Amino acid sequence: MNNYLLRGIGVLATVGALSLLAFSLPSGGEARGDGGDDRMPRLTHAAWQQECASCHLAYPPAMLPRASWRRIMGGLDRHFGEDASLDPATQADILGFLEANAADSGNSRMGSRVMQGMDLHHPPLRITETRWFVRKHDEVPHAAWSRKSVGSAANCAACHRQADAGAFDDDTVRIPK
Amino acid sequence: MPGAGCDMIERLAVGGLIALAMATAAAADTPSSLMAGYAQAAGVPVSALSAARGEALYRTEHRGRDGQPVACVSCHTADPRQAGQSRVGKRIEPLAPAANPQRFTDAAKVEKWFRRNCRDVLARECSAQEKGDFIAWLSQIK
Repeated sequence: MNNYLLRGIGVLATVGALSLLAFSLPSGGEARGDGGDDRMPRLTHAAWQQECASCHLAYPPAMLPRASWRRIMGGLDRHFGEDASLDPATQADILGFLEANAADSGNSRMGSRVMQGMDLHHPPLRITETRWFVRKHDEVPHAAWSRKSVGSAANCAACHRQADAGAFDDDTVRIPK
Repeated sequence: MPGAGCDMIERLAVGGLIALAMATAAAADTPSSLMAGYAQAAGVPVSALSAARGEALYRTEHRGRDGQPVACVSCHTADPRQAGQSRVGKRIEPLAPAANPQRFTDAAKVEKWFRRNCRDVLARECSAQEKGDFIAWLSQIK
């Protein structure tokens, strides 16, 4: 009885310590399986979430190829008109995570779709420039993009209400007035 | 076996405490400690930091990279107790510690944002004196 109790406590303590460790480590990039064609693999990476999501949604790595992420992360001091520079260690940490889960990493079905028709000689800097994005949004009326409630096409979460959780399927879309 | 289990629990507990202590140490900065650091770097006493100059820095408009006028208020709003918005519409938590106690509690984070935002708004980095003035103003807002 006592033995089981102690073992139980041991297991709980181990789980607790491991989760503490997972949160305190700088890199913990981990794919938890692909949730379908328009659902991103559940990803966790402390620096990616903390740094990228300071200003915008932490865009899923599978939405651009590795070559694009290298260009973006190599020019953070002039990031779409803003200085988003990072210390070199954090920058390398995030780039490694982005590359490991990029569209051409073979890690997700969505990434494979993003790669269809991709011109890797001219890797896009914007997700909105990919053929995949344009095709996916061809039903959205032009006027919707410039609504005040949307702001810009960079604001995924304006319509994709669960974008934070990596869900981009049609069921979770609601275009605001 | 129970002995081994206890030993393991103990080690895990100690490990957890060390991790917790490190996390706490990393976020031990305060507005006052940061002001003291910036005053020292500027070679002036803390009493020489000016909330009025800090407020002027916050409100003054400059010509931004794209030629449009830009100021701290462009994203952080005229009232730093209010939440602001990034250019792509993401919420920015209030800057004033009175409204957001997390502000100015992490020196590395403070330096990162001064570097980025001073370059964006002023097209140069801010001096230690300016940073001290800025925190002096924000931290005395009720």
